Amino acid sequence: MGKVMATRKVIMDRDDIDRTLNRIAHELWERNRGAEQFVFIGIRRRGVTIAHRLSKKLREFERVSIPVGALDITLYRDDLSEIASQPVLKKTEIPWPLNGKKVYLCDDVVYTGRTVRAALDSIHDLGRPEAIRLIVLIDRGHRELPIEPNYTGKYIATTKQELIEVMLEEDDGIDQVVLVQGL
Amino acid sequence: MELRHKNLLGIEDLSPEEISLILETASSMKEVSSRDIKKVPTLRGKTVINLFFEPSTRTRTSFEIAGKRLSADVINISSSSSSVVKGETLEDTGKNLQAMNPDLIVVRHPSPGAPHILARTLNASIINAGDGAHEHPTQALLDAYTIQEKKGKLQGLTVTIVGDITHSRVARSNIFLLKKMGAIVRVSGPRTMVPPFIESLGVTYVPELREAIRDTDVIMMLRIQLERQNQSFFPSIREYARCFGLSLPMLEHARKDVVIMHPGPVNRGVELSPEVLNAPYTIILDQVANGVAVRMALMYLLIGR
Repeated sequence: MGKVMATRKVIMDRDDIDRTLNRIAHELWERNRGAEQFVFIGIRRRGVTIAHRLSKKLREFERVSIPVGALDITLYRDDLSEIASQPVLKKTEIPWPLNGKKVYLCDDVVYTGRTVRAALDSIHDLGRPEAIRLIVLIDRGHRELPIEPNYTGKYIATTKQELIEVMLEEDDGIDQVVLVQGL
Repeated sequence: MELRHKNLLGIEDLSPEEISLILETASSMKEVSSRDIKKVPTLRGKTVINLFFEPSTRTRTSFEIAGKRLSADVINISSSSSSVVKGETLEDTGKNLQAMNPDLIVVRHPSPGAPHILARTLNASIINAGDGAHEHPTQALLDAYTIQEKKGKLQGLTVTIVGDITHSRVARSNIFLLKKMGAIVRVSGPRTMVPPFIESLGVTYVPELREAIRDTDVIMMLRIQLERQNQSFFPSIREYARCFGLSLPMLEHARKDVVIMHPGPVNRGVELSPEVLNAPYTIILDQVANGVAVRMALMYLLIGR
């Protein structure tokens, strides 16, 4: 698989990620001050981690407690017949009604937009939120659907052959974003 | 981890890892059943046929609901209303169904091995929903799921299965599964209804019910097939109920935290006294609820891609 040729470039380290999430948390609060009815929903698995971190930051900065839900989009994917191995199904945990809420949907990377499409369909079946906004740590381009994030940590121009690896302490033991080239 | 099988014909073919995967997937599926909109689009465009050559309420409905919650199209065929009564063979029925290109056929049949014959000749996936006295794998999986939900694990638990062991596909599948997952299994029942050499399956036979239920975590009662009564496996129903039925006085010999299961349909007052049947430690309806989740998990794992 040409593994010999692959190069790995760290494009964000722990401090970069933290600074970026701080910025997003501040920006989000500035635009939503006083709006009590908003919630975070993370897309499993690293989107959930990002959602928890943003909620924690808002608790520290603003002393507000924003609930965090977890969404597994496996059952809504449009590519189950195409991918090599069947994903292991995880639980969706959104223990409150979504009707009338403003949902901040979090994910680590937005790429084709198909994951977000699946998440939107899934949320639609869970209730009728007042609005859904999208937060991503990395936007790497190449959208196949008309979907754009409202809050982007960092835009990274990539080719389709490259790979973005987001690693987060809680899931992977380290905070970093790596660009893998020459796969 | 994936379920690398086309069919689910018996627990005997599954590894402990595969059983764990099915149970884990089922717990995610259970959440879907708790939503306001109890439906996800995963099996859109897939066709599931329930082919039942024996009467069934629970199992057939459970498979039907499972398929519908995953957006599959589910068709039910029961032998009484099909060409079987006109003398068509199983294989011909199978081939005719295959010609309509279903993705999954769920089969219940009085003859052991019937699902295996279909699995060999058809392209569709096959789930065995009970074949004679052989296996009933989805029942064992939903039982395991329910035990795990109540007790937090399977490994190291003691499970006592009581009743007609010889004629029970539920007992056989449960013994296979529980042994694979590291549980200790006892069986109890009239000697006439326990096969000789049952110990070769790695279980202990304890003839006295009060001894069999002492220090056990789970009691699994099997249905007495009243239709077999003319074969004289025991003198009378009343005697069976007295010796092998669970009543409140009998339960004095069991642990306080024991749970009681039954695959249904219950002969009220035979296997379980009405007081025991309605008690909170009797988790028969949890079994039924979990059956849907387990069957959704199997459909996703077998034909979800």
